[in-house]
Amino acid sequence: MLGHNRVKNEGAGVIELDNVAYSYGGGELLSDISVKLAPGSFHFLTGPSGAGKTTLLKLCYGALLPTSGHVRLFDADVRGLDRDEVALIRRRIGVVHQDVQFLDHLPVADNVALPLTVSGRHAEAAGSDLGELMGWVGLNERAAALPPELSGGERQRAALARAIIMSPEVVLADEPTGNVDWDMSQRLLTLLVELNRMGKTVLIATHDLSLIRAAKAQVQARVLRIANRRVQLAGADL
Amino acid sequence: MTAVARLRALMAGDRQADRVVPPSGFTAELTLFAAGAMAFLAVFALALSLAAGRLADRWGAELAQTATLRIVAPADQRAEQTRAALAVLQTTPGVAEARALSDAEQAALLAPWFGADLPLATLPVPRLIEMTTDRGFDPTGLSLRLAAEVPGAVLDDHGRWRAPLVSAANRLRVLGWVVALLIVAAVAAMVTLAANAALAANAQVIAVLRLVGATDSYIANAFVRRFTLRALSGAAVGVIAGLLAVWLMPAGSADAPGLLTGIGFEGAGWLVPLLIPPVSGAVALLATNTAARRALGGLS
Repeated sequence: MLGHNRVKNEGAGVIELDNVAYSYGGGELLSDISVKLAPGSFHFLTGPSGAGKTTLLKLCYGALLPTSGHVRLFDADVRGLDRDEVALIRRRIGVVHQDVQFLDHLPVADNVALPLTVSGRHAEAAGSDLGELMGWVGLNERAAALPPELSGGERQRAALARAIIMSPEVVLADEPTGNVDWDMSQRLLTLLVELNRMGKTVLIATHDLSLIRAAKAQVQARVLRIANRRVQLAGADL
Repeated sequence: MTAVARLRALMAGDRQADRVVPPSGFTAELTLFAAGAMAFLAVFALALSLAAGRLADRWGAELAQTATLRIVAPADQRAEQTRAALAVLQTTPGVAEARALSDAEQAALLAPWFGADLPLATLPVPRLIEMTTDRGFDPTGLSLRLAAEVPGAVLDDHGRWRAPLVSAANRLRVLGWVVALLIVAAVAAMVTLAANAALAANAQVIAVLRLVGATDSYIANAFVRRFTLRALSGAAVGVIAGLLAVWLMPAGSADAPGLLTGIGFEGAGWLVPLLIPPVSGAVALLATNTAARRALGGLS
């Protein structure tokens, strides 16, 4: 295993963390983190529960600001962005959470099209793109269902569809297979790998090492491990 | 985009955007009812204020242009002093007209208190001279001149009892506007509370919208539009009901104007309550926007 705190790819990164620290409630959760995600790269972020994977992911889409250091999203330092600029950047980053949330009063198709709706492009959502995407994640027949009617796997696939409908440059997934069985986790992984092959940068936070091994069989993925508040590049043991 | 264009876009609505906030049912009906009730009360506050204003103007105008001269003298000198006083008045600037009341007119004035068969000639009732005044009338100067030339004359320019009446009517007018403003403030408070409740109840919706890249303006507008339209439509119904109620109130006769029978609108005054719905809508817009911005500012 390679042990160092500087994890960078060559060239400009779509997401860059430079000497980032994050403290919460008086304690430092993350310390001296430097990570650069190159365009089209595939990364896993792993580590024990409570290590700060979700926190690091939130730093990567501007939901949290670092206590010190710099987070640059598409070359823009998040500290210099106002709230609306952060919102606009989020349209370029698709996010999937483990405990995915929907607007429960709207059908699945409308939830998937929500990023288009909030960006004023909802007219396009009625077109073939949405139908094609729903088919790609296998939810065509569930388009009219309400989110509470979906199974765990269907919710994760709907969340993935929602995350990528704007064709974002980056997809961040926080334990996307945490609530689904093995078959469904493989199906979700396949979708994420396909996205990466389309040129999307993918970062998946997971503590599921079997998922990482399965992915490495399909794609050239780098594995970042959080331990003792720092990020290290994991080696061939994963 | 200019503020007007933003407002027009906001009120034009966005069917898709409006759907992202779930319908709130009972809360919406309560907001509508409260806005309607407030508007109904505001119509009456305005009617009271405008009526008081009219009364103050009428009393002020009618009484300010008249004055009375009392000739208090022994019976054998009364006619002579009356003539002398009229002569003084004829040469007094600002006195447009002056005439002594006849015995019959004075008896008619006293009849409500002493009856119609009052033997006026046997009583030491002063002679009254009624004056109409115009600009330039100087009651102090006239009083001094009368004191020198007609010692039995006492000038009453009605100011002593006109002033408190006009003052009371003016205060009532101000009070009416204060009540209307308090109602507007109550609408703002009510809408703010309802908007805060709606924002708190929709925390998950807001979190999802932020996650998918919605701007604060987009999220705030979804709530602002909803509450503004509720306040606007509720106030419109309240104003219509209030105007109908005012219109159906019994009116006083022209020769016996009173405050209670005079509550209502006249002429262009009927248009004043039509300002209530847009004002309610604007207040709701500002209140909801402020509440939403404050709530959203605390989220990541």
